[in-house]
Amino acid sequence: MMNHRLSFVVTIFACSLFLSGCPGSSVVQPDTSGDGPPIDSAPELNNRDRGGVDGAQPFREDPLPDLLGDLVVYFEYDLSDIRSEFNAMLAAHGRYLANNPSANIRLEGHADERGSREYNIGLGERRAQAVRRVLLLQGASGTQISTVSYGEERPAILGSDEEAWKLNRRVELVYQQ
Amino acid sequence: MINSRHNLTGWLLIGALWALIPLMANAELVIKINRGVERPVPIAVVPFGYDGPAAAPFDVAELVARDLDNSGRFQSLPRSLLVSQPTRGSDVDFQDWRLLKVDVVVIGRLEPLPGNRHSIIFQVFNTLTGEPLMSFRMASDDAALRRASHRVADMIYEKLTGIAGVFSTEIAYIAVDRSGGETRHRLIVADADGENPRVVVNSPEPLMSPAWSPDGRKLAYVSFEGRRSAVYVQTLRSGNRERVSARAGINGAPAFSPDGRRLALTLSRDDGNLDVYVLDLASQVLTRLTWDPAIDTEATFSPDGEEVFFTSDRAGGPQIYRVPSLGGGQATRVTFDGNYHARPRVSPDGKQLAVVFNDRGNYRIGLADIERGTTQVLTRGRLDESPGFAPNGAEIIYATRADGTGVLASVSTDGRIARQIAAVSGEVREPIWGPRDRY
Repeated sequence: MMNHRLSFVVTIFACSLFLSGCPGSSVVQPDTSGDGPPIDSAPELNNRDRGGVDGAQPFREDPLPDLLGDLVVYFEYDLSDIRSEFNAMLAAHGRYLANNPSANIRLEGHADERGSREYNIGLGERRAQAVRRVLLLQGASGTQISTVSYGEERPAILGSDEEAWKLNRRVELVYQQ
Repeated sequence: MINSRHNLTGWLLIGALWALIPLMANAELVIKINRGVERPVPIAVVPFGYDGPAAAPFDVAELVARDLDNSGRFQSLPRSLLVSQPTRGSDVDFQDWRLLKVDVVVIGRLEPLPGNRHSIIFQVFNTLTGEPLMSFRMASDDAALRRASHRVADMIYEKLTGIAGVFSTEIAYIAVDRSGGETRHRLIVADADGENPRVVVNSPEPLMSPAWSPDGRKLAYVSFEGRRSAVYVQTLRSGNRERVSARAGINGAPAFSPDGRRLALTLSRDDGNLDVYVLDLASQVLTRLTWDPAIDTEATFSPDGEEVFFTSDRAGGPQIYRVPSLGGGQATRVTFDGNYHARPRVSPDGKQLAVVFNDRGNYRIGLADIERGTTQVLTRGRLDESPGFAPNGAEIIYATRADGTGVLASVSTDGRIARQIAAVSGEVREPIWGPRDRY
């Protein structure tokens, strides 16, 4: 296997981006800036003529850098189902974790402000667990993943309308150093 | 002695208040009556006389009048309209008060006692009949005269309405301040009128789900300090706190048993499945009450301590269930009237639950009848939550939103009186009403 360099960039997000409840002053992201996980080098093949058909080469799909940069999954009201639009992104994170056994990720589940607070802690946890299951299916190890639910206690956006609520029903993926 | 003619003479001693960090000089909360009874009782609270050498140490009458006005059931006569200021029963001219359309007049005086103490002496008269309704004398430390005055209001309120007064009780709530660069979360205890706020916990991470111990000496709460949830029990007088649950996963929704020895909790353990447990605080023995893969949370004990009511979405949406508090029993469903019931709190008589209820898309406070399974909506907000009974069972305090921020509110269980309790600045939420002192 590859011996990946575990270089991380610490990306500083301006707290104002979060408006409130900025979860700390920095967010750790996997390095996707340059030399990401290298593709397994294909064995040398004897490229003799095979009737116009080249020999099959094993390859590993490189997680797309912009997908690893996506760190938030959004949910429908009162649901924890992963919407299909987040499948590729979560697959990228799951493979990244599988390929980087020393990488750790923390899944922070959140709910919108409607309804009771402790029940919303339950909804946030259920969402974090749904994301966790997808990452495990992609080969991540359970020991790499921790979950926490903040319910409605740490809104990304302040406001009491659907625009704010849909951005607050989320799981944030936070890579740990 | 003024009350020797009456058999209603009473002596009460007021102990020293427990001390916490003073938050600020003034009240953080302001009470506004949004809806009162149709005909509040007209009452005059005459400034109390003072026989001491200097200025009176406390304006008892002003606080009693404010408490009674804040209840929504009384309307006190402004001081500027008082025609006379009697301080003894023999000086009261009932005809004067009848002309002012005052039904009840309260008079009294303060007398110095040795050792920084005073006697509060008060009498209440029915102006229509001239009949004395109450005559009491109460000794208080000077430092406790505010609380003693709230007790005077409690006694008058109970005599005139038949409902125990709760002016001398305390409330706790969570305040969130986003004015600085970072969000501050504070757990605050204040007098029931919002005065005298004291910070119990101050954290940059969320604090939630405060719960009073039955004796009013401790608060349990959830803190996310260290970026994960844990349940703490803090003694108010000393400030000592104990982390009673910091297990893997969620540690949430604490609620004391009526004897104060057990704490109901929500735990998710390793598998992320929320269930209700009961922790024996002395032995640390944990008893699991629910085993469902659904969200089971927000437990609260019945007044006899034998049952726990909780929220579960095992049937789809959240509904209220009950289960024996010692474990080993089947949970049975309590609410059926609608698709969302959550966060139950049991009335002191054990017959009703205050709940969060989804009323056609609006989250409102409902009163669910435990035996019938029916729910009556009490409030009119869009995002009402965290209901809890006042210790007299006649009022429910809850959190709502007004002018874009979180405020507290209360509604009488008959729906007739609605009050708003707004923070002077910032957001307040998760109010819980402390127990009455035994006096």
